[in-house]
Amino acid sequence: MGTTTVNNNFKSEEYFINMGPQHPATHGVLRLLLTIDGEIIKKVEPDLGYIHRSIEKMCERDSYQQIVHLTDRMDYLSSHINNEAVCLTVENALQLEVPERVKVIRTIIGELTRIASHCLWWGVMGMDVGALTTYFYGFRDREMINDIFEETCGARLTMNYNIPGGVMYDIHPNFIQRTKDFVKHFKTKIPEYDKLLTGNVIFQKRMKGVGILSKEDAISFGASGPVGRGSGYSCDVRKHHPYSALDKVTFNESLKTAGDSLARYEVRIMEMWESLSIIEQLIDNIPEGDYKVATNAVIKLPKGEYYQRVEAARGELGVYVISTGTKNPYRLKFRSPGLSNLSLLNHIAVGGKIGDLVASMATLDIVVPDIDR
Amino acid sequence: MNNNELQNLMGSWFPNPEANKVVETVPETEEGAETKIPEPINPSLLSFTEEGSQFLNVEVSPENLHSLMTQLRENSDTNFDYLFCLSGVDWGKELGVVYHLESTEYRHQLVVKVKTTDRENPNFDTVCDIWKTADFHEREVFDFFGVKFNNHPNLKYLFLTEDWEGFPLRKDYVDEVNMVIK
Repeated sequence: MGTTTVNNNFKSEEYFINMGPQHPATHGVLRLLLTIDGEIIKKVEPDLGYIHRSIEKMCERDSYQQIVHLTDRMDYLSSHINNEAVCLTVENALQLEVPERVKVIRTIIGELTRIASHCLWWGVMGMDVGALTTYFYGFRDREMINDIFEETCGARLTMNYNIPGGVMYDIHPNFIQRTKDFVKHFKTKIPEYDKLLTGNVIFQKRMKGVGILSKEDAISFGASGPVGRGSGYSCDVRKHHPYSALDKVTFNESLKTAGDSLARYEVRIMEMWESLSIIEQLIDNIPEGDYKVATNAVIKLPKGEYYQRVEAARGELGVYVISTGTKNPYRLKFRSPGLSNLSLLNHIAVGGKIGDLVASMATLDIVVPDIDR
Repeated sequence: MNNNELQNLMGSWFPNPEANKVVETVPETEEGAETKIPEPINPSLLSFTEEGSQFLNVEVSPENLHSLMTQLRENSDTNFDYLFCLSGVDWGKELGVVYHLESTEYRHQLVVKVKTTDRENPNFDTVCDIWKTADFHEREVFDFFGVKFNNHPNLKYLFLTEDWEGFPLRKDYVDEVNMVIK
């Protein structure tokens, strides 16, 4: 509690408040302990673990096919990409060459996932800074992608479409046409997003110069995904360590150098255009062939260590497997993009106001189950 | 830098004093007599391997960890500025930490491992003064493996509650209520 005395002798005193775990701007069950002086933030300390399920421990008793399903529950907005990471690890370890058709399907659905994730982020981001309309726009377009997923994968959010060796079933006959329809539709919608939110003066003032992260700090904090690229740090795994069909397409890495909240916002908008371009390059050229190769019912990885990096919607996801040659991993570590991105929140929020913290946090795009694995 | 160059450079930072001792030449023996082949002495205090991993692996003793990490970060030829993964591992007898490093300038990668057999009070030097990302990741290892990090500015549980007993990701952790064992 701040104490005030009369006349000009105002004393300010630091005190501390809780933000979350049920605060709407914390996107789940994230609790932030804020030390503030008046409205100026002195320190932000996240308190985690409210929904920790110890997925890494569960993986140690599960088979590799079962692990794929658990990864859906980490960053549920990029579930397909998480599944892909585990499948790629297993396939690389077994030196299993998957058909070209699988690679292309995986990449198309991965990019659709990225757009769906960014649509949700965009809607919620607008809502966090007071623009409720964006929520409905974002969810309207995401709904189209979810319908495509539902038809092909059988699920809308936790898709489980990847299996080691390929994908679970072939794509639905409607998949190509509906994806093309979506691309055509969404190309008219991103300019609408810009018109509604990006150019808005109030929005710009909330975002510009807020939560600045330099390139050096971005690298040191292990920032990845749009958070790193908003600071001019080239960290796109799809460019540096391409996987699946990403080496066959041309796309630009979305980079902004300002390092503020607006830059991170703009990077995600640019990424949606790039993802559309990747889908367009692949959708007419899905090679014929099998949609999976047979694997043993019991998958045993050879003794050794394996590491696979993929670009999830929020940044770099790493899967580190230590195998002793049995049907379970000896140790499996998920390097989640969320934990590293959250660790820099204190750095960019100190000195700002609570309202700025909400804006900065919205551009970090935190999904708590990704942090509480 | 390729893996060989990295290995040579890092090896030169930590020369093994044993390696400089002149190996006594074994006098010529009569034919048929067994000759002892002296075991090759590692020329550096680090041990390298590429076996069973796509990266160059280097194992370092706990006392040399911080000095090795500082040099890897500061040396202009290595410049490992990105710590992309920090994992705790329970190898059974040993507890340890695995660091995955990358240079955003040269794009070369390296895995550094450090191990200790002290399961009662395992501790390593922190690297969060070198890479800020290590702050949270070391706290995660502290939660789940009970590994302490010397000089860490804020070493307390990140995920677990303060009164949690035991270290859940260790192999000898027992929880009959919450763990489903198949």
